[in-house]
Amino acid sequence: MKQFAYFPGCSLEKIALSYNQSTIETTRKMGVELKELEDWNCCGATAYFHVDELLAYTLCARNIAMAEKEHLDLVAPCSACFKNTYFTNRALKEDPDLADHINVALAEDDLHFSGDIEVRHLLEMIVEDIGCEQVKEQVSNPLEGLRVATYYGCQIVRPQKDHENVEDPEFFENLMTAIGADPIPFALKMRCCGGSLLISSREAALDMIFNLLKCAEDSGADVIVTACPLCQINLECYQPQVNQEYGTSFHIPVVYFTQLLGLALGLSNKSLGLGTELIAATPLAQYAT
Amino acid sequence: MSEKVGVYICHCGSNIAGVVDVEGVAEWAGENLENVTVARDYQFMCSSLGQELIEDDIKNEGLTRVVVAACSPHLHEKTFRRACSNAGLNPYLCQMTSIREQVSWVVEDKAAATEKAKAMISGAVRRVQLQEELQPTEVPVNQHTLVVGGGIAGIQAALELADAGYPVYLVEREPSIGGHMAQFDKTFPTLDCAACILTPKMSDVGAHSNITLLTYSEVEEMSGYVGNFDVRIKKKARYVDEEACTGCGICIEKCPKKVVDDVFEVGMGLRKSIYRPFPQAVPNFPVIDTESCTYFERGKCKACEIFCPTKAIDFEQQDTYLDVTVGNVILATGYDLFDVKRMPQYGHGRLANVFTSLEFERMCNASGPTDGKVVLRDGVTEPKSVAIVHCVGSRDENYNTYCSSICCMSALKFGHLVMEKTGAEVHSCYIDIRTTQKGYEEFYNRLLAEGMHFIRGKVAEVTDAARTEEEEGKLIVQVEDTLLGIQRRIPVDMVILMAALEPRADAREVGLKFGISCSMEGWFTERHPKLDPVATMTDGVFIAGVSQGPKDIPATVAQGAAAAARVGGMVSIGMVEIEPVVATIHEEHCSGCRICNTLCPFNAIEFLPDKGVSFINSVLCKGCGTCVAACPAQAISGAHFSNGQILAELEGLLYDVYSGNGTQTAQVESEAIPA
Repeated sequence: MKQFAYFPGCSLEKIALSYNQSTIETTRKMGVELKELEDWNCCGATAYFHVDELLAYTLCARNIAMAEKEHLDLVAPCSACFKNTYFTNRALKEDPDLADHINVALAEDDLHFSGDIEVRHLLEMIVEDIGCEQVKEQVSNPLEGLRVATYYGCQIVRPQKDHENVEDPEFFENLMTAIGADPIPFALKMRCCGGSLLISSREAALDMIFNLLKCAEDSGADVIVTACPLCQINLECYQPQVNQEYGTSFHIPVVYFTQLLGLALGLSNKSLGLGTELIAATPLAQYAT
Repeated sequence: MSEKVGVYICHCGSNIAGVVDVEGVAEWAGENLENVTVARDYQFMCSSLGQELIEDDIKNEGLTRVVVAACSPHLHEKTFRRACSNAGLNPYLCQMTSIREQVSWVVEDKAAATEKAKAMISGAVRRVQLQEELQPTEVPVNQHTLVVGGGIAGIQAALELADAGYPVYLVEREPSIGGHMAQFDKTFPTLDCAACILTPKMSDVGAHSNITLLTYSEVEEMSGYVGNFDVRIKKKARYVDEEACTGCGICIEKCPKKVVDDVFEVGMGLRKSIYRPFPQAVPNFPVIDTESCTYFERGKCKACEIFCPTKAIDFEQQDTYLDVTVGNVILATGYDLFDVKRMPQYGHGRLANVFTSLEFERMCNASGPTDGKVVLRDGVTEPKSVAIVHCVGSRDENYNTYCSSICCMSALKFGHLVMEKTGAEVHSCYIDIRTTQKGYEEFYNRLLAEGMHFIRGKVAEVTDAARTEEEEGKLIVQVEDTLLGIQRRIPVDMVILMAALEPRADAREVGLKFGISCSMEGWFTERHPKLDPVATMTDGVFIAGVSQGPKDIPATVAQGAAAAARVGGMVSIGMVEIEPVVATIHEEHCSGCRICNTLCPFNAIEFLPDKGVSFINSVLCKGCGTCVAACPAQAISGAHFSNGQILAELEGLLYDVYSGNGTQTAQVESEAIPA
């Protein structure tokens, strides 16, 4: 059985409960054990790195060090948690001097960063470590005919980590194909959802959300599928506001990829947290088991 | 008997004298350095008066060694060696030391620069006393020349040589010569048609009695040295007997199989399985593409054979090999177009009406896939608006940092053609417009007057995700207009991507085959970027055209002619001097381990099985010293770079560390290291 350390992050504790629930259920079903870090902390989100870089690195390094203690690679389902933790891991590996500084702080907690594990996004872990082929073999309830807009958001593949395709990656679509769904061409799949911009500039953020929703609808998507709690919230919760501002009538369900994966693996709606969304995922009803 | 050394220090105007105290150094050298008979400084040593100074001293003072402290030996080593030679001194008894490139141009502090110049002169003085008289060897130059690549560069080079009366082998990989230029429609800035100016030259090549044209052929390997290269050329099977074929084309007409032409028509058009790339192909014999031919696929058909009036089709034909000896080689292998799919944000392949520059060239060409009509991918609809995206894969840290040099002018040409043929609005999104040659800026002004729109900004993406009604069904070009300081979304019907010119995918491999190197990017490296742009570091191998770096047709033609002139000079003299700075193996010390054989970058070392030792072909050796350093038995010595000479130079450089005044001999146990 494959094992990973699991860092759910703050969002999955509250507003993205269904993401957490469906992640745990689907990975278990596929024979992967996620061991939640015992005392994980916030990743620093979008703000902290700009406030105090050293402290922000320390915050992320603490989570990494806990995973190192378990000798397990660390998996994060939230794109922001992933990005911060991934780049902290890389920065500390590349700069032993920085790691030394941070290890002084970690020692207070009886922890140590040595740089011997990798940080993975949940989506990447499923696509790369389990593989679409193996997922396909386990599918008992293919989501045939379901047209999905695969929404990567900005932080899974950017900033560029190595030489991977950051303009037009295809692994998300490949996973959706593996579970029988039909990933439609979604031109804005890599575009930012606005992140926390709604707090500081509502107008600009709504414009970004509007464009995404319009593109998804024009492309003929039944549902938008995401791999990030913030993307999900922005696209789902703000649809009424977009409709009000732009005179539109969007009504597109926005679900987590783990929920679709779970359905295809034959898991129940309830165990996947389906039915708790604000915009009912009615296109999924026909696939309920 | 001790040597008499003359030291000459050049001011190089103020280049050296502005930083180094040249008079002081000359005085110091004359007083302090052992065996220095005369030490002088002079304004320009390389002038004829400067050279005479050296020659007179050799004659009058009886100098036996000369040191010139001036610029890099790359520039003037020949000059000063010749001066010595004129005065009866063996030219290899002259040593240059670079106190310009290595001192005055890089050391800011005047006192430190003067000290460094002293150290370097001291090193040269010690070294030159151990140098030996060397004699260059002469070898004859074979009259034949091999030209690789039948684009406009290779065509020009071959014609120049052939017209001068020298025999040429012109080798081309594709079934016809013509290269990229044959694919183009009009040429900037004059808008004369590419075919009209190219095809006469092509037929000249085909008909010239001094040119052996080998198309559908590739050079397999090359060995030998300047004046005498042995080349093996592979002639790929055409399945058409060139002796019998009249080029009537009935076979092409009768062939039932059509396939997409990915080479000449860049996927825009179809061709038959037996084909010639274009109607004016030279030679005009067709070739069978075995991958798509029904006979080769299923063993049945032979329509071409049945209808051929001269029985020229030969399905049993095999690849053949031709061995030739040539004196010189000109490489004119051209370029590959940047694969625009590496920039998925521009949508080529995903969005139908995004075209590459080469696709658009074919579209404009009257004999091209759309008969010269500018239409969308559906083949009928004329665009009402077109965007041209500059610098696709050029001037971009993620792909190629260099400027591809021709795209701005091509884009202007495209803009003109689009407006002329369709009346559509044309938007050009550029970083900088670069129109640097004769008549180019005038062409830019003409397009400004014709109403082409210019938007200064690098295009972020091309998308079909519409935001507004007027964007529906269009391609939207998202670009920051850096002159207005705003983001713009320009809805258009067609997008043309000005793709970068890239080195051939196999440029490094080809370079290795011919013993020349490539730049970081993969362009062939010239001997000197300004003063020797078509020669390479390998004597007898020349380069021309875009394989050396991005350039337009006039520059390519000029290089083809220049390379031919260089070769013509060598062939007409008929003899070439080979530099005597080479390595030699002392057979009595050689254990035959063969370590050196594979290390030699010039393939100059072979193993003599009967003697059990390695042997260096002095004509091939460039004197790089790799083998000298690698030999575990120290059985190899490098002329002009012996251990003794190098240690003496080091001692000289470190004169102040050893003695403080530079007059004592350093106590180095040089006896322990064989010379």
